[in-house]
Amino acid sequence: MSTQPLLLSARGLSVGAGGRVLCSGLDLDVRPGEVLAIIGRNGIGKSTLLTTLAGLRAPLSGELTLDARPLAGWAPRDLACRRALLYQAHEDHFASTVLDTVLVGRHPHIGRWADESERDVAIALDALARVSLRGFEAREVRTLSGGERQRVAIAALLAQDAPLCLLDEPVTHLDLDYQVETLALFVALAHEQGRAVVMVLHDLNQVLRFCDRALLLTGAGEWRCGTVDQVLQADVLSHAFCHPLRELRDSGRRYFVPA
Amino acid sequence: MSHPHAARPDALPARPRGARRRVWVLPLLAAVLSGAFALALSLGSVPVSARELWTLATGGDAGLAGQVVLSLRLPRALAAASCGGLLAVAGALMQVLLRNPLADPYVLGISGGAAVGALLAMLAGVTSALLELSAFAGALAAMALVFGLAHGEGSRTPTRLLLTGVIVSAGCGAAVSFILAVASEQSLRGMLFWLMGDASTASRPAVAVGALVAGMVACAPLARDLNLLTRGDVTAQTLGVSVARLRLTVYVLASALTAIAVTTVGSVGFVGLVVPHLVRLALGNDQRLLLPASALAGAALLLLADTAARTVIAPAQLPVGVLTALLGVPVFLFLLQRNGR
Repeated sequence: MSTQPLLLSARGLSVGAGGRVLCSGLDLDVRPGEVLAIIGRNGIGKSTLLTTLAGLRAPLSGELTLDARPLAGWAPRDLACRRALLYQAHEDHFASTVLDTVLVGRHPHIGRWADESERDVAIALDALARVSLRGFEAREVRTLSGGERQRVAIAALLAQDAPLCLLDEPVTHLDLDYQVETLALFVALAHEQGRAVVMVLHDLNQVLRFCDRALLLTGAGEWRCGTVDQVLQADVLSHAFCHPLRELRDSGRRYFVPA
Repeated sequence: MSHPHAARPDALPARPRGARRRVWVLPLLAAVLSGAFALALSLGSVPVSARELWTLATGGDAGLAGQVVLSLRLPRALAAASCGGLLAVAGALMQVLLRNPLADPYVLGISGGAAVGALLAMLAGVTSALLELSAFAGALAAMALVFGLAHGEGSRTPTRLLLTGVIVSAGCGAAVSFILAVASEQSLRGMLFWLMGDASTASRPAVAVGALVAGMVACAPLARDLNLLTRGDVTAQTLGVSVARLRLTVYVLASALTAIAVTTVGSVGFVGLVVPHLVRLALGNDQRLLLPASALAGAALLLLADTAARTVIAPAQLPVGVLTALLGVPVFLFLLQRNGR
């Protein structure tokens, strides 16, 4: 995996919000084909870090490059072709069909004077099929349930077709079956199509099952990054989440439960 | 991937529906607008027949009828139509900017600023071009004030813009009341007509027509970016839209269009609110179609309203803003009621 060229790279990255340093001196390399989880307590700065990695907010200090080019120097539209971000809030102020909402993901690929082509529509329909929402094209997004709306957002992200996928809690609102399905889909994107997936997750057992590496934010700017097995240790996690965790084993797989 | 729960009985069959499929609406609206023009030019104290209109249009001489049409009715019709278009487009843009389908071109205090400028000019006894200049300066001042105070980063920008605009409007309203209180009896009637919106004094339709054309040209390449802006700042930014720059562009554009319309015909209400809203209900929220359709529909609506305003109680005239409000309020309440269910 380490022979792959770097996609996203951070060196000495410090991220803060509201006068607070959330993570300082972060060194992070993200390569094609890997799934990285960002974990930590509520309000510790996971989403802020993710939007910084997406180039939507400036870091306090440090270097951040995508394809070996400084992130700040990217034209917004070119950047949108290389990295996608699944954001937590979906704002639906106006009526829109599911298909039009997914087609939004094609925006950076369509020229300023052009309209969506048949190919763009085909890509959007395919994305809907991958989140099991084929047949919902003409539905109004505001009539969907929270979980369905979240899957529409995932379909839009798939339609954007970017090599780097940054996901903020991709499985919130989803039923258990769709949670597993969605995470398996992103793992397949990484392992089979060579994309890089960086996602904020809450469920440590999902991190154990689906992710290759983990970045744990522990507060006061401190962090720990490594393979899932290195980072997800009972003592480390108990300290980071301020609650004792017990490790269980079943058929060779590890699980964490609150003690 | 397949899923046992994927097939839902209420799921509709795949049928891509896009704005591109409904562009036939534009020629239809253009035809309605042409009809409204024919009506506006022929109705009045001197009836002008279709034959006389045709003679004029083909460059012939139609005598008295021709003079009435060319020197009186055509400038007024052009002013009313272009201002209707300006207000509708400005309303559509404001609704995107504030991400609120109930926003209108006046919500950010622009008409209030223009009213203060115009009434101050009337108070000073100034008329014609200087009055229009004063109204325009008032609109720009209100716009600069609102944007200067509400400017900032972050997701709360639309709310802050809206609140600042409402407060500046209220301040302008107080200033207007003050001016009305101290104004002389003779100037009061002119002031009230101006406040209600009135196309009878419109003298320079070319400015409004030019502004409408320029505004539409400026909007064309931004339409798809605007579609993204309706879906939230983060979504738009993630997908390659320079949100801060687009928002400033839209703000300046919508404000300038509104200022020109208000300067030309006074603060005509409801066109900028109802027209984009109706068009959105009928055609969806794709700005590529919504903006030109709103321009045409707004033009036709204000032209018809102005024609009615000068004919229903002829020889007296109504301020056209009174008619648009009388029409707009029930239409709007009906829409809200229908949407609420």
